[in-house]
Amino acid sequence: MERIPILQMGEFLIVSIQVDMHDRLALTLQDDLTTRISVTNAKGVLIDISALEIVDSFIGRMLANISSMALILDAQTVVTGMQPAVAITLVELGLSLPGIKTALNVERGMTLLRQAMSSAAPTLHTDDADDPPED
Amino acid sequence: MTLLKTETLAIRSETDVVLIRQAVRRLCIEQGFSLVEQTKFVTATSEIARNTLEYGGGGEAALETHLEGLRKGVRVVFVDQGPGIPDLEQAMRDGFSTGGGMGHGLGGAKRLVEHFQITSQVGAGTTVSIARWK
Amino acid sequence: MPDSRLAELITRHESDLLQQWMKAIAASGEPRSVLIKPEELKSQCTELLSEIRQGLQRGGRDINGSAWQRTRELLTEISRSRAQQGFSPSATANFVFSLKESIFQRIRTEHASNPSQLAEETWNASTLIDHLGLATMEAFITAREEVIKRQQEAMLELSTPVVKLWDGILALPLIGTLDSARTQVVMESLLQRVVVDSTDVVIIDITGVPTVDTLVAQHLLKTVTAARLMGTDCIISGIRPQIAQTIVHLGVDLTSVVTKSSLADAFKIALARRELMVVKKRSGSSAASANPGVI
Repeated sequence: MERIPILQMGEFLIVSIQVDMHDRLALTLQDDLTTRISVTNAKGVLIDISALEIVDSFIGRMLANISSMALILDAQTVVTGMQPAVAITLVELGLSLPGIKTALNVERGMTLLRQAMSSAAPTLHTDDADDPPED
Repeated sequence: MTLLKTETLAIRSETDVVLIRQAVRRLCIEQGFSLVEQTKFVTATSEIARNTLEYGGGGEAALETHLEGLRKGVRVVFVDQGPGIPDLEQAMRDGFSTGGGMGHGLGGAKRLVEHFQITSQVGAGTTVSIARWK
Repeated sequence: MPDSRLAELITRHESDLLQQWMKAIAASGEPRSVLIKPEELKSQCTELLSEIRQGLQRGGRDINGSAWQRTRELLTEISRSRAQQGFSPSATANFVFSLKESIFQRIRTEHASNPSQLAEETWNASTLIDHLGLATMEAFITAREEVIKRQQEAMLELSTPVVKLWDGILALPLIGTLDSARTQVVMESLLQRVVVDSTDVVIIDITGVPTVDTLVAQHLLKTVTAARLMGTDCIISGIRPQIAQTIVHLGVDLTSVVTKSSLADAFKIALARRELMVVKKRSGSSAASANPGVI
């Protein structure tokens, strides 16, 4: 059965989604990641979607689920490389994926993950209410 | 308005949803849509195709390209003979609940396209038609 | 149902019809006709007449059918080039209408002995050419509209420059009224720049936006949300007190967005986010600058 490969780099797990996923493949990824986080005791998960040209509500929810499940397993998740057209479409769909950290690319994503993992660091890219608007 | 060509694809499995996405993407490119226009339309296609599969028990999609004067259009008509949607208004309003509930996703898809039409009859099935013009 | 009579007539008298048609065009006295070289005009007329004949042979007189597609495309090409050369819509349509004279003359000669046939053929030819003339008009107008649209887009791009304030900090000063179409264009080009410039913070300054209604506020929110999804923060600056009031009255929820009244304040925050600091240079004497100024 086809699977999306999950790479391990120290405490991090890295996934680069390169294919147009059908629903079952996405669910398999969700399961595989959760298992791997638990088995490797990973502290950070980076999902790169720079090759994804379409992110619909199903994939969006998958990303949100992965993020939530990872958090329960004490791991931070960052989604990187969302294409502008995809971002615009997701917003129009009404999906703002609150609670998911995002970064422009893998490099920034790793920086963000390391910062998020050290508890004192400010979280930069969430929609959480704990970032009060400054006046 | 001229129908340039039409192609019907079955929606029987998840891989069909991916195939339809790719076919519609090709048509959008043919008709000269911008990247954002393509992405929006193909995403809407994906939403409705999945709907047809999961709520309609499977069905088919007719992919059409049109020419009206100089305007080029893509239209996709999804048909299923499923249980139908009892409360269309409600279904259109169903958002994406963060709790993981499905929602129909139709309201969102409507915002992504130029023309959206839906008819449904309980016990008979549902037909959704979406179109975008360049 | 293919129309063989008219098609035959055209086939038999093609060169005569062409000659008379071109004479009629020349006689119309359209000042811009000097812009079209005689050989080009001849080739346009020849091709069009040939297409009309083929259309009739293939699919009768309904020019909307698939048999006439090539003809419609040809008319569109001709219309477009006329439009670009500055011809008026009527002059462009008259190019087609002036074919009537030569065809009617032919029909009169052919059916001189049969008045009812003459009337019918004349009517058929007349309505056919009318439809072709109208199609030409439509194509012309569409071509003009496309030009206008392109010009509008060019203007839009000019009026919404995205400015790089610093490494990783972009500013988008919005000027004038924001409508749906414009905001889309703005949003798309901003997000493209965000990727290209590896931007951490975008400052959207609305000092130059006179009014903010619900739609505008929603569009701004959408832009901010999309940027965030990509991993970039947005700050909205230049919110005047009246706009702040309007936003509250409209019930738009901007609590998740950082807002600042001035671009300068927004820039300070952007620098802080990037963990950058502006430091005053030390001058020669140590007494002159006790501490470097830190923003």
